[in-house]
Amino acid sequence: MEMIKLTIDNKIVEVEKGTTILKAARKIGIDIPTLCYFELCDMKIENKPGGCRICVVEINGRKNLAPSCITEATEGMVVNTHNIRVLNARRTVVKLMISDHPFDCLVCAKSGNCELQTIATKFGIRDIPYKGEKSTYRKDTSPSIIRDIDKCIMCRRCEMMCNEVQTVGALSAVNRGFKSVVAPAFEMDLEKSPCTYCGQCVSVCPTGALTEVDHSNDVLRALSDSKKTVIVQTAPAVRAALGEEFGLEPGTSVTGKMVAALRRLGFKYVFDTNFAADLTIMEEGTELLGRLNRHLSGDSSVKLPMLTSCCPGWVNFFEHNFSDLLDIPSTAKSPQQMFGAIAKSYFADKIGVKRNDMVVVSIMPCLAKKYECQREEFKVDGNPDVDFSLSTRELAQFIKQANIDFLDLPDEDFDNPLGESSGAGVIFGNTGGVIEAACRTAYELHTGKTLEKVDFEALRGMDGIRSATIDFDGLPLNIGIAHGLANARILLNEVRAGKSNYHAIEIMACPGGCIGGGGQPFHHGNSELLKKRASVLYQEDTNKTLRKSHQNPHIIKLYEDFLGEPCGHKSHKLLHTKYFDKSDEVSIHE
Amino acid sequence: MAINQARKLGLLGQNILGLKFSFDIELRYGAGAFVCGEETALIHSMEGLRGEPSFKPPFPSVSGYRGKPTNVNNVETFANIPVIINQGAEWFASIGTEKSKGTKVFALAGKINNVGLIEVPMGITLREIIYEIGGGIKDGKKFKAVQTGGPSGGCLTEKHLDTRIDYDNLVEVGSMMGSGGMIVLDEDDCMVSVAKFYLDFIVEESCGKCTPCRIGNKRLYEILEKITQGNGTMEDLERLKNLSAVIKDTSLCGLGQTSPNPVLSTLTNFWDEYLEHVTLKKCRAGQCKALLHYDIDPDICVGCTACKRCCPVNAITGDKKQAHIINQDICIKCGACEEKCAFDAISVKLEKRIHTEHGND
Repeated sequence: MEMIKLTIDNKIVEVEKGTTILKAARKIGIDIPTLCYFELCDMKIENKPGGCRICVVEINGRKNLAPSCITEATEGMVVNTHNIRVLNARRTVVKLMISDHPFDCLVCAKSGNCELQTIATKFGIRDIPYKGEKSTYRKDTSPSIIRDIDKCIMCRRCEMMCNEVQTVGALSAVNRGFKSVVAPAFEMDLEKSPCTYCGQCVSVCPTGALTEVDHSNDVLRALSDSKKTVIVQTAPAVRAALGEEFGLEPGTSVTGKMVAALRRLGFKYVFDTNFAADLTIMEEGTELLGRLNRHLSGDSSVKLPMLTSCCPGWVNFFEHNFSDLLDIPSTAKSPQQMFGAIAKSYFADKIGVKRNDMVVVSIMPCLAKKYECQREEFKVDGNPDVDFSLSTRELAQFIKQANIDFLDLPDEDFDNPLGESSGAGVIFGNTGGVIEAACRTAYELHTGKTLEKVDFEALRGMDGIRSATIDFDGLPLNIGIAHGLANARILLNEVRAGKSNYHAIEIMACPGGCIGGGGQPFHHGNSELLKKRASVLYQEDTNKTLRKSHQNPHIIKLYEDFLGEPCGHKSHKLLHTKYFDKSDEVSIHE
Repeated sequence: MAINQARKLGLLGQNILGLKFSFDIELRYGAGAFVCGEETALIHSMEGLRGEPSFKPPFPSVSGYRGKPTNVNNVETFANIPVIINQGAEWFASIGTEKSKGTKVFALAGKINNVGLIEVPMGITLREIIYEIGGGIKDGKKFKAVQTGGPSGGCLTEKHLDTRIDYDNLVEVGSMMGSGGMIVLDEDDCMVSVAKFYLDFIVEESCGKCTPCRIGNKRLYEILEKITQGNGTMEDLERLKNLSAVIKDTSLCGLGQTSPNPVLSTLTNFWDEYLEHVTLKKCRAGQCKALLHYDIDPDICVGCTACKRCCPVNAITGDKKQAHIINQDICIKCGACEEKCAFDAISVKLEKRIHTEHGND
């Protein structure tokens, strides 16, 4: 490894050859401001268009200023990061950016979390001398995501996420010069584009150009309606990240406080999506075993691998791009929707509430869940199984609005019966977690033996595509895992080409799985934070005595009292779904 | 056609000239974006991507089209190759200056008697081009400036006429060789308007990737517009200077790094004109319509009503055989009345009309 030395602000620093000036400076504690630059290093995700020009520095002997985020340090280089020339250029560039930005910070959804605002504050910008035209565009609202691209600063992070990380191709730069902006092709509505609502664009947008559709007011209205029984479910990944919004160290589990907060917000029953995750395992695991056994007995009509279907972004993606493979995903609904279906049937009956008088709210790390709960097939006579889905960020906002001192809350437990869950349900939030949970149950159901070591370390990690062969007592089960839709596409292309030898593949749309979902607190490119969130879920799993979905007593009781058997008649009606060919929506017609 | 002929002759295609070496040429047409003259932008557009530049290094010669080493040259460069092969490198190098060898093609245009494409040896002076080849300024008017290098070049003045033209000298005096454009301007041209004209083009043609070029040039244009409207202030002139310097210093590609040249070179060489626009609200060339007004001399006007009848916006009032008056609030300064007046009673005044005929501001 070749090392080089350079001087930054009169300090000598030694770095590996190929290191950028920005990273070399950060190594010695000089934090050059950046805006378009974005990196999630463990996931090999980076955005370095060199477009914003905020990070410019002066290099001795160079005619113009250099963007530090992409300029490589060289031996003997002398860099100045903050002389008058640099500061004036940087401030002028920020002022230019603001001169073409709405001044509605007070009512902007990103206020307080906006990177442009942070930089303006840091630079002490007090006036914008450039008073001219501002670019204005149509505001575009979809079921999950709002595009207010008057606020777009052309950092291109969303474009990188949508095209490189997700290969969805819904967003790219359009127009040129002053009118250039990131938008769907032909500036069509996001809803009509190939967008999967994964929300990764929202999670990296530095400003308020891309935000989620906020349903807090609808929830507030339902909560204040005395005729309604409002119940809530919370996804596993929410508890691993919610604390960040209240200043807690990333990686702090806040399950108990979250339950307490939801109760204080007025939810009649606080349940756990993890319960439905256990239910998903019963259905999906049984389906996998059924398909596997028929396949092994020579039934060529059985398609393998089976794909997981918990992730609504992923479901949208394959409906758009792999409509020829619609028969291979599991037909099991996602935990959110299984929860809704059970809540508005079994549980509503149990407490004697009519379906229409029950409001099911979900707290999700996800923006695609907002779309998922609006899908027609998840409604009964127009009444959705899940009425509203709020993101982790919206919940945090809601708690703050209600003057609840989150940090001071006692730890409380979920309500029953839909609040009990196994450790297998908890790890659903991590990439690899769903398939690990499925393996725990499928192994025992298949072999009839007790699984002693429930941690499948081989299935864990942050690599984009992982594979492992799990020994099912002599039957080698080939498992594939992908997170990020570009990785999913690679595995699916193998399946399409008949070159895949997997029996089952778990796919999650977001890098890291749900812990890195589009509805989570903003990670600002800190991949350590994602790993800490993942560890929260694994720790919570380890701490549980109950770690296999099929041993959840309330799940067992649900089957005894109501559903019958997994993949049985009633299950099929309530817990399974079908997929639609939406390939039309991704091909451009005249 | 030349390519087809070369293929037939075995100069292009598989195993050219019977050798194991294969070489072919395929022409691709761009969609006509100015920024695609920047080599990385050109390559991106060939790759089917958005035509916008990317950071160098890597340079195209290291990693260009589809990641392969790529040689990007102008047509003019390629056109020189056969001549050099036929006549020899020494012959080519004997023409021109020490650092800029050979000849250069310029597109000579503007207020000059002979317009057209010219090929001249490097090192020739502007005076030779304009007065000898170009045949001097049209209609015997006075030479004011020559804009070289295309939209992001600069405006040079009389004092630069004896500069020997080569790549380095042009940059030194604040312009550039650029596209080889050479537009001659005379005393009727307003230099603020000229700068605005070029900025207008740049604003249209910026790819929008980097902030200084995308927003900065737009703001430069808006300040110039404000000045030509007679609303400019001394602060605006300072802003022009600072903004131009920052755009040059921070832009991503050659387009942005040179786009303020028309502003900077006119600020340097025609500071007086900017000052006149800002402080006296006067455009000496009479190009900035907001800074002039038409006036009817009541002593000469016979009240024939010809001007009144031809005015497209009905700005002229007055009874028959009475001196007419132009309402400055309505007048669009089209000049139709001046042309129509048979008595030369109507004339242009080169300053902004502060008080209207109706006494109001």
